Amino acid sequence: MRARWTAVVAVAAAGALALSACSSSKSNKPSGTSPGNNTGAVTDSKVEVFSWWTGGGEAAGLQALIADYKKKNPSVDFVNAAVAGGAGTNAKAVLKSRLQANTPPDSFQGHAGAELQDYIKANQVEPLDDFYKQQGLDKAFPQSLIDEISYKGHVYSVPANIHRANVLWFNPQVVQKAGISSPPTSVADFIADLDKVKQTQPDVLPISVGDQWTTEHLWETVMIGDLGADGWNALWKSGANWNDPKVTQAINDFKKIMTYVPSSSYAADWQTASKQVIDGKAAYNVMGDWAAGYFTSSVASGGLAKTAKTDFDWAAAPGTDGIYDWLSDSFTLAKGAPHPSAAKAWLAEIGSKDGQDIFNPIKGSIPARTDEDKSKYPGYLTWALDEWSKDKLVGSFYHGVVANNAWHNDIDNAEGQFLKDWNVSNFQKALVDAAQQDAE
Amino acid sequence: MRHARARNWLPGLLLVAPSIILVAIFVYGLIGWNFKVALSDQHHDYDVGKFVGTENFSNIWDIRVWSSSVKNGLIFTLVFVGGALLLGFFLAFLMDKAIKGEGSFRAVYLFPMAISFVATGVVWKWLMASPHGKDASGLNRLFADLGLGSLQNDWYNSTTWTNMASLALPAVWQMSGYIMALFLAGFRGVPEELREAARVDGANEWKVYRYVVLPQLRPVLLTSVIILGHISLKIFDLVYSINGKSVNTEVPAIFMWQRVYDRGDAAIGATAGAYILLAVAVFVVPYLVWFVRSEKKR
Repeated sequence: MRARWTAVVAVAAAGALALSACSSSKSNKPSGTSPGNNTGAVTDSKVEVFSWWTGGGEAAGLQALIADYKKKNPSVDFVNAAVAGGAGTNAKAVLKSRLQANTPPDSFQGHAGAELQDYIKANQVEPLDDFYKQQGLDKAFPQSLIDEISYKGHVYSVPANIHRANVLWFNPQVVQKAGISSPPTSVADFIADLDKVKQTQPDVLPISVGDQWTTEHLWETVMIGDLGADGWNALWKSGANWNDPKVTQAINDFKKIMTYVPSSSYAADWQTASKQVIDGKAAYNVMGDWAAGYFTSSVASGGLAKTAKTDFDWAAAPGTDGIYDWLSDSFTLAKGAPHPSAAKAWLAEIGSKDGQDIFNPIKGSIPARTDEDKSKYPGYLTWALDEWSKDKLVGSFYHGVVANNAWHNDIDNAEGQFLKDWNVSNFQKALVDAAQQDAE
Repeated sequence: MRHARARNWLPGLLLVAPSIILVAIFVYGLIGWNFKVALSDQHHDYDVGKFVGTENFSNIWDIRVWSSSVKNGLIFTLVFVGGALLLGFFLAFLMDKAIKGEGSFRAVYLFPMAISFVATGVVWKWLMASPHGKDASGLNRLFADLGLGSLQNDWYNSTTWTNMASLALPAVWQMSGYIMALFLAGFRGVPEELREAARVDGANEWKVYRYVVLPQLRPVLLTSVIILGHISLKIFDLVYSINGKSVNTEVPAIFMWQRVYDRGDAAIGATAGAYILLAVAVFVVPYLVWFVRSEKKR
């Protein structure tokens, strides 16, 4: 009898413990230091940084940054809270749960630009204006970049790198065989070149695409190619005219380009699509410059170990010469960060010349600062650096710079529908509606 | 006296109390919370979320992707439930003939159930690669090599209803072994005397199954439909691991996830969740009613 009662008590106690464990998370509040007027002395013993850099050059670059951070802040215990998943799809869900539960990491990754708006409006990140001045970042980054990542005149994140979205990758042998001597300079030229490939080499895909987002990426570059930098930038202001016949033209061009790749030839992901160019199975592929990292990095680190200019070549996406369609990974200071001083030291590390020159050659991107050590950026990156210093800047749609999450999601859906029914006017109407509903 | 009575029920109650409390909070409490959000206007993370009645439940149908994802979900359900039932029944029928090595066959057919939908999805993603002709791989390659080139198709990249039918194939493959086990148990539950009596009365083998065995399998059929139906209406992982967030193959659960996490629209996401729950309830509630009734009869 006694044994039974003990068992009952034990079970009840276990239940109570389980319950109390669930409710205790809120008591872990920040220690009261106000991050706004902290001036640099690191008083924390720990920092937790949240990102989606878990593989390839990204993870290696992050590790190098962490090593440098530890050298400069030996007393701080660095917690690398990285969640796997391309473009942060899984990480963002995990982060959202943590922010909702009021247990934010000290600093978290986000694409610079409008993608951060929801965090800003929900009051989940701290403004970094004073920090920018104190670190001299307001002088180190190009002013047009700072303007793009500011919301209502305040900056909320420190960009770690710059990627270029509008790059046309091609296989030099295939293109030469098709009798094409120079890369296309307009979207119309490009369509003519696709046709040449199709006529001369029926076994080769004129252009390769991967899953849905890669087609959105292609659509973005076609839009920029047809509308130009100013036309594209204007679309993302409130009250923009998405009914413009130039938009119709761009959608028609996109549709025309997509006729060169039947739906049965869509690759499973962007790597497979880009690899088709390397393998000579496709002539062209439009992808961001992370493709260069994938092409040239060693087989051991998941790359293809190919040589620039001989195994693959590149040019600005058709019609976008002189335009830099950029995107950037950036880090924020979370509101209520438990370790604000160590988090600021982390942001300082990312924004510093050293930090950017450590991280970017490994990640395969260029620094957002303009005072980099050029010798560290060989091959494709030399070209990218040169373009970055002279091109007109436009923000990427797919990669979070110009559209907030709701707008982005509406365009994703409209585009997905378009890939099914190819109805140009429906697509444009959906784009007009999305802009009306979601622009701000 | 009183004390003695308490001794009868109190230990039992204490024993189940933790699970009652946990279920009350984490199942019913959260369902309630979901409905609360679904009835609010919390369309952004920074919205407070005021009560707005049932407007989300009608407005959601104006979202084109929602209606197409519901349609996709229904096609998936039809092919998956129908396919798994037919294949499972057929396998059980063969097993019932007391073939040699039945045990090992049973194990082989049941094995896929031990795999997660994500692993199944990754493998079938390769099997169902869509390129035709020279670049074909997976099933398309197999068809080409067997001289059945005309059977090559676009699988989940198709823009007609066959995209969802292709996505249902791995699910059928995975679950039909389980359905076989259920039916086999049902077959074995039919007393041999009944079959013999029917044979003595001149029924052939087909008639024995049609008029003697099948009518007694109704509970098994119902159980199978409910198990498959609720898996199918909630399906997320299999579809996501094969074709990601593509609108072409979006199902209600993926829609819900995208609304909440990509877009930050908790209200519409919760509304989608509520609809999924209601759809599952359509399957489960009649089963519970039937179950309670037949328990009472006993």
